[in-house]
Amino acid sequence: MAKLTIDDLKKIKEKVHKEMSLRDGDRRVKVTVHMGTCGIASGAKEVMDSLLQEIEAAGANDVFVTTSGCMGLCSREPLVTVEIINQEPIKYEYMNPNKMRQVFKRHILQGEIQTPFVLAKGSEVIK
Amino acid sequence: MLELAAHILDIAENSVRAGASLVEINIVEDEKENLFSIEIIDNGCGMTQEEIKKVFDPFYTTKKVRRVGLGVPLLSDAAQRAGGNLELHSVKGKGTTLKVTFELNHIDRQPLGDITGTFIILIAGNCDTDFLYRHRHNDRIFKLDTRDIRKEIEDIPLNHPEILKYIRQLMEDG
Repeated sequence: MAKLTIDDLKKIKEKVHKEMSLRDGDRRVKVTVHMGTCGIASGAKEVMDSLLQEIEAAGANDVFVTTSGCMGLCSREPLVTVEIINQEPIKYEYMNPNKMRQVFKRHILQGEIQTPFVLAKGSEVIK
Repeated sequence: MLELAAHILDIAENSVRAGASLVEINIVEDEKENLFSIEIIDNGCGMTQEEIKKVFDPFYTTKKVRRVGLGVPLLSDAAQRAGGNLELHSVKGKGTTLKVTFELNHIDRQPLGDITGTFIILIAGNCDTDFLYRHRHNDRIFKLDTRDIRKEIEDIPLNHPEILKYIRQLMEDG
């Protein structure tokens, strides 16, 4: 394959602009992968890799991904928080790439919370 | 952590949490000098001299949610095991520079690992921060600056799947 150039970036820009004009580009879901030292050491990077692959494969441009630091439950890492707009955040524990794929397909795309992997509902409060 | 890319991800995430708007990652692989070095420079909130001394202590952290801070001690240990060391310079309010060196051919040096994936995760998870990646392998240099990409794509966010795909391919071709 030929090396990418800045012109390729321009083509991508045009393509994305066309897609954006067809529908509103609002963020429907925010997914936070906790990336503290504990998270990374227990596999958060692989979890995030699989999430990004799924988003790309599904063309799910309304899913916003972010990373955050440790929230203090290091023994339950990798942790992932899924926040669908107007719903309470769901925290998943002991995640791995396969669980992440399942959560993406069932919860993020179809709205079914994957109860067996859930740690808690709601946001953490730091005292 | 079994690969250096994971350490880089960890330290660069610290830079983002320190409020950096630009994080520079410089990697050097020099066979002639038998040197492998990683430098991470940020313009975040920086640290006081007191804090710098404590950073190497695994029982020191700025976080309130737990009582250990292992990121820097783990990387420092990985460097010492491979004939290198870790240096940290920081100015409060200006930013922090971390430089870690290894003997390139040391049997205990961890492999670099998936640096492309690490860079993609940093961009995807922190789309308001800019990243500059420079990788020198002997005489060959690869450079990627998200500010250049941002200028081209204008209003499209840096973490759009199509843009991430472009960056991944650019790095793999690198």
